[in-house]
Parts: sequence; C-alpha cells; structure tokens
Amino acid sequence: MVAWTDFERATIKDIFSKIDYEVVGPAAISRCLIVYPWTQRYFAGFGNLYNAAAITSNPKVAAHGKVVMQGLEKAVKNMDNIKATFTELSTLHSEKLQVDPDNFMLLGDCLAIVVAAQLGKDFTPEVHAAFQKFLAVVVSSLRRQYY
Amino acid sequence: MVKWTELERSTVKAIWEKIDIDEVGPQIWARVLIVYPWTERYFGSFGDLFTITAILKNDKVAAHGKVVLKALDKAVNNMDNMKRTYADLSQLHFQKLEVDPDSFRLLADCITITIACKLKSALSPQSQAIWQKFLYAVVDAMSSQYR
Repeated sequence: MVAWTDFERATIKDIFSKIDYEVVGPAAISRCLIVYPWTQRYFAGFGNLYNAAAITSNPKVAAHGKVVMQGLEKAVKNMDNIKATFTELSTLHSEKLQVDPDNFMLLGDCLAIVVAAQLGKDFTPEVHAAFQKFLAVVVSSLRRQYY
Repeated sequence: MVKWTELERSTVKAIWEKIDIDEVGPQIWARVLIVYPWTERYFGSFGDLFTITAILKNDKVAAHGKVVLKALDKAVNNMDNMKRTYADLSQLHFQKLEVDPDSFRLLADCITITIACKLKSALSPQSQAIWQKFLYAVVDAMSSQYR
C-alpha cells in the first residue's frame, strides 16, 4: 500500500478542489490527442479529430475529459485504496478498450501541464512532486489488471 | 537530421524569448531534485540537498540551472545541427559525469512544467507539442555519444 504524508494528502485534495473539472479534463485530453497524435486511434468514434482546432472544439473529447476527471476524483477520495478503486477501470482499459498502458502516463503528463498552467507559481516543486506521485500511483493501478 | 517547419522554428524561438534564464534556471533544477530525488546522486559536491528548503536555497543548484539554460540557448540557435552542437557535452556527461541518459528526459519534462507555470495558457497544446519535439531532439543529441 502506498504511504502518503499529510502534506501529500492535503496537496492532492487542495489541487482537486481548485481545478475546474469542466476545463481541466477536456484540456488535458485534447492536449494528449494533439501532442501525442497516435492516441487518437482510441477515439475513432469521436468524429472530427483532424487538426488541433477540431480536437479542442470536439464535444465528445470534452465529455470524455470530464469522465476522466470524475474517475480521478474517486482516487482522490480513496487515496489509501487506489488499486481497488481502479480494478474495474483497469480491466476495462485492458480487455475491452485495449489501450496500451504506456499511454496512461502520457495523459498524466498532459494533466500535469494543464494543472501547472492553471496554478502557475503555486505549482511549486513540492506540490509538483506530490502530484507526480499521485499520478504514478493512479497509472500503476490502471496497469494492474493487464496480464 | 531533424526536420523543422517554419512554424516550429518560430514557436521554439518565441517560447525561448519569454524565458528569463536568471529567473527560470534555478527553478528547473530545484524541480528535478525535488520531484525525482534520485538525481541528487549527481550533485554530491553541491552541499546541503537534504531538505526541500535546502534545495530551494542552494546557490550551486541555482547556478547550475543557469548553466544548463545557457547550453539550451545553443540548441535554439543551432536547431539544424544539434548533434554536433552537443557532441562534447554528450561525451562529458557519458564518460566523465556518468549520468544516466534517462535523466535528460526528466530534466526536459521539468523544463516544460516550469515553462507551463510561467506561460500558462500561452503554452497552447500546439506550442507544447512543438516545444517537446525540440526538447526531445536535445535529449537525443545529449544521448548521442553514449555507447
């Protein structure tokens, strides 16, 4: 089980209380689709993803961004049991969606950039480290059910 | 050789112009040492790196940040010739400093996050994609002399 310091718990809860899911979720997903274009292969049913403008204005991309944030919120509320929290999601991504698990960290990196841009100087190195640890645990839990 | 479009060249230069080396340099190293603490192994002679406060106050860390950004300036001005520009530095990091080349990527990611904190929404997804292409070309050039 992952050990969280009080600072890390407080920081993660603080970050998630400050960010607007409706903005950050869509921004992170569209960034991922633009910066790492091969990830578009997983969203063939989303319609027009042909250029950055199309991606950022695509309502299905935006909706999916919010879905991801809601999933992350579960992890924030269950920081001592992220593995169990994401068991079904991991199985879904592995067996049904067949997502290459290396992609999870790509989305994580884009999320870090969006949060950094929103928090500015408040995204201090210590806050950044706590957030990176949280992302690493989430990614690890999502990878858990592969094999 | 990496191919750069006109847009990519101008985007990299535009981002670089906004970076104040004296301001940003110290921050990037502090971030690397705090977020990826195992990198401290390379800085044994830098004195006190035992706490986050110590890292943030350490003059040698700050000075080294500026050294790295000055070297990055060479890449901005030699985008068509990065491998040759960095051949000596790559050799130094490989043979003398014995730095794990994965560390270059960690530093690149911290540079991007620091820039995101500063530029915020001005670091659009397209700009981020271009900036990351540039940084990964630098990472590649820095790894080129590793056998």
